[in-house]
Amino acid sequence: MSLLDAGHGVGAPRGFGKLLALNWPLLLLLTAVGCAGFLMLFSVAGGSLHPWAEPQMIRFGVGLVGMVAIAMVDIRFWRLMAPVAYVVSLLLLVAVDVMGFVGMGAQRWIQLGPIQIQPSEMMKIALVMVLAAYYHRLPVAKVSRPLWVILPLLLVLMPVGLVLEQPDLGTAILLLAGGGAVMFLAGVSLWYFAAAIAAGAGAVTLVLKSHGTDWQLIHEYQFRRIFTFLDPSADPLGAGYHITQAKIAMGSGGLAGRGYMQGTQSRLNFLPEKHTDFILTTLAEEFGFVGTASLLALYCLIVVFCVASAISNRDRFGALLTGGVASTFLLAFAINMGMVMGLMPVVGVPLPLVSYGGSAMIVLLAAFGLVQSAHVHRPRNRD
Amino acid sequence: MNGRGGAHEPAPRITRRGMMLLTLQAGVVGALGWRMRDLQIVQNEHFALLAEENRVNIRLIPPARGLILDRAGRLMAGNRQNYRISMVREQARDPEAVLARLATIIALPPEVQERVLKEMAGRPAFVPVAVAEHLSWEDVVRVSANAPVLPGVVPEVGLSRFYPDGPSTSHVVGYVGPVSESDLAKLEDPDPLLQIPRFQIGKTGIEAKLEADLRGEAGNQRIEVSAAGRVMRELGRVEGTPGKDLELTIDLELQNYAMRRMAGESAAAAVMDVTNGDILALASAPGFDANSFVFGIRTGEWNALLNDDHHPLNNKTITGTYPPGSTFKICMALAALEAGVVSPGDGVFCGGSTALGNRRFHCWKRGGHGRVDLRRSLSQSCDCYYYEMGRRLGPDRISAMAHVLGLGYAHELPIPAVATGNMPDAAWKKEKRKEPWTTGDSFNYGIGQGFTLASPLQLAVMTARVASGRAIKPRLVRRIDGVEVPVEPAEPLPVSERSLKAVRDGMYAVSQGGTAARSRIVDPAMTMAGKTGTSQVRIITAAERAAGVTANEQLPWNRRDHALFVCYAPYDNPKYAVAQIVEHGGGGSAVAAPIARDILLFALCGGLPPLEAYPPEQRKAIEEQRAAMGLAGTAPAGSDRA
Repeated sequence: MSLLDAGHGVGAPRGFGKLLALNWPLLLLLTAVGCAGFLMLFSVAGGSLHPWAEPQMIRFGVGLVGMVAIAMVDIRFWRLMAPVAYVVSLLLLVAVDVMGFVGMGAQRWIQLGPIQIQPSEMMKIALVMVLAAYYHRLPVAKVSRPLWVILPLLLVLMPVGLVLEQPDLGTAILLLAGGGAVMFLAGVSLWYFAAAIAAGAGAVTLVLKSHGTDWQLIHEYQFRRIFTFLDPSADPLGAGYHITQAKIAMGSGGLAGRGYMQGTQSRLNFLPEKHTDFILTTLAEEFGFVGTASLLALYCLIVVFCVASAISNRDRFGALLTGGVASTFLLAFAINMGMVMGLMPVVGVPLPLVSYGGSAMIVLLAAFGLVQSAHVHRPRNRD
Repeated sequence: MNGRGGAHEPAPRITRRGMMLLTLQAGVVGALGWRMRDLQIVQNEHFALLAEENRVNIRLIPPARGLILDRAGRLMAGNRQNYRISMVREQARDPEAVLARLATIIALPPEVQERVLKEMAGRPAFVPVAVAEHLSWEDVVRVSANAPVLPGVVPEVGLSRFYPDGPSTSHVVGYVGPVSESDLAKLEDPDPLLQIPRFQIGKTGIEAKLEADLRGEAGNQRIEVSAAGRVMRELGRVEGTPGKDLELTIDLELQNYAMRRMAGESAAAAVMDVTNGDILALASAPGFDANSFVFGIRTGEWNALLNDDHHPLNNKTITGTYPPGSTFKICMALAALEAGVVSPGDGVFCGGSTALGNRRFHCWKRGGHGRVDLRRSLSQSCDCYYYEMGRRLGPDRISAMAHVLGLGYAHELPIPAVATGNMPDAAWKKEKRKEPWTTGDSFNYGIGQGFTLASPLQLAVMTARVASGRAIKPRLVRRIDGVEVPVEPAEPLPVSERSLKAVRDGMYAVSQGGTAARSRIVDPAMTMAGKTGTSQVRIITAAERAAGVTANEQLPWNRRDHALFVCYAPYDNPKYAVAQIVEHGGGGSAVAAPIARDILLFALCGGLPPLEAYPPEQRKAIEEQRAAMGLAGTAPAGSDRA
């Protein structure tokens, strides 16, 4: 075990003690959000465990076990695995582009034996892992040197490019955000971020400008989503339907909502994708502002517990990893809520832990497994 | 120190950047929370309303159409249950098999099955598709009894219009039919009921004209629907207001009798209450069955109605106009007396014709009537007398009197296309024909030929006005929803009582030894006054006249003369007036007068009159005629009359 650093051994819990050392509040918060998801899936199915609530519960259970299992493994092992995870994910992304099949208008899945996997989901963890490992090894003094910034930037942009190719704008944004968060936490000079934001703004302008030309940079449907976001009322029964109906369902809930299973909009199928990307509308309709604000609070607590854990963790890899996962998680629910509430274009990001969908949830719980591992195996104080 | 060494040093914590990140994140969460509050609390009312609109559909409940009753409350147009069978695909599972099974229970031709399958395939699985309509109650019972093996088959019941005495009342009552695109285009009626597919609205007659009263107001049913339109449940229901019931002035028994009496002819009779203008019968033969139109008439039946040379679809009493012929002499006599161009005792010589320039105007009696006074001019219907009156009066005074008697303008009746007729004056001819009025025109005017046109209804009004001396207006609706339609008291005619008396006396003489002597009523309580008329529909040339006028019986039917008769009774206390026309019937005295008398007697007696009312020599013939009509013997006279 010469690879493992000595400092971690001191005072670290062993065996069954590791279970007790888990970040239990975090685990309970995740479970609480998961339960909110079961409730809503039960409701949108018209008060039935089928077809969504039961599979979701089983997957959540599997994911939770997986999370604890990952947490039990020393964080140093995961740090060593980071480059491997990244390379494998990247290769799979390439493979999806080459041989992936079309689902939901985007090539995202790859079939490995009996299971379908979504490499872009895996990449969300792998990218955070590899960047955290990178900055773990990189002396602090070199962090902002251009040469040492370009390498992580490439690590981020390669998968982002591949995911955009699929095309999956939502995941690309999440990858950028997760990678950016790790770099930010690692202490990369703020000037780089300022430059990146400026470049991003320029790129957006360029993309919008490209509309209708022969060098159009994003797909027509993505343009449509942007335009309908800007003015949903222009096409209320066409592309603007999602946004308009989502806002109606959200708004009609009021302070306390119509009551559980009493939501009319989602139950009567006015809402598209009511069990996946737009599940927040059902919650909003049935539990009102109280419900949505509570869910938001739960999400915030998860992020706060993670960031608190990150700040207090003297293991740089663990801290950066935790911060990166937390940031990705925050951005995921922020984008979903933002699009459902008409604050941003519909980009197809599910509501984490609540939306129906196996792969995303299991990957997310695995990421929190890493966060737990970092917590369990954090360097204990020598004094 | 190499890269790995960094981990050995006290690790640089990420506290500062971590706090910055938290702040940034707090900002994002704050924005989300603010938006939630904005959508769910601030704009809640707005979105709640939109949600309700999304979810709730209003379905109309068609109201029951108002009934149309006769003056005694007998049903003329009612609603009856229409049993239908619909089928829901998703409940049927195997629609083809279910339809085949259904076909063993009720009549269901293969082409209908095919249509149903096609219609179902083209619609959402939960939408009921009509399979069969107008089923008998027995059919519905059989289908219901077999419900377990007929999944998805739903018996339904709706209301549809029916006319118990269809063929005899259709001209007055009219009929309803499914609302059509062209109806919608021209109605400009915002009533949402019209949007119901195949909703029945009035197409002709009172059904059309009083549609607003009859239709009623839609009720509604608030139902919750899914985005795909599936009905989830009923949220509330407001029953509609049924249409208003109309009570007509028509006496259904009299109407039916008149129709039977005219059977086989192309004829029309209008019966009016002389005292108040109530129309007791508007019979136009042949009739047609309005019930055929309710669900859309079959092409074959429609063509048969259209091509019938007796024009069953025409409402001859109200929309048909005819030269009034000699019946117009009533108006002429009154005009002449009032204008002072003749007095009752003045004689006019009739030598069988009157010369005008190089033209000769013939009297119907070749040998002439000799000296004719007013009474004889009416009783013998002397043409030369009225050529002379025409000359003396000129068109404008004739036209003025015609209007006083209710001719030449359209009466207000709740039936579409009430005829105006034509009672021209000099200005009319100048405008329409671009020619000046000639004395020859006045001659023709004098005997109700030429440009003159009147409908049977107008002739009935004329007769009623002369009989009563008042400006009686025709009335067809007595009560609307039980509320009496007020009758304006009729003003006395601007005509002297002396003149009226002289004309009535002449009309009495018509039935007492005059042209209608054969059609007299012998019961002294029911003596009749009248006037015959025979109006030519062809021009008799001089050559033909020289060779002897062809008898009507030898002409093809559609070139024969129209037979007319107007009358009222009792003479001394007028109650009812009748105007009768038999198209191409021949002579008024021979053809029209007997029918008119029978109808008049029926009205006076409130049923079949006793044979004693007829001249003794005719009683046997009358009995035979009744037997042929299927009316047994003599009905009790004087049954109560509303």
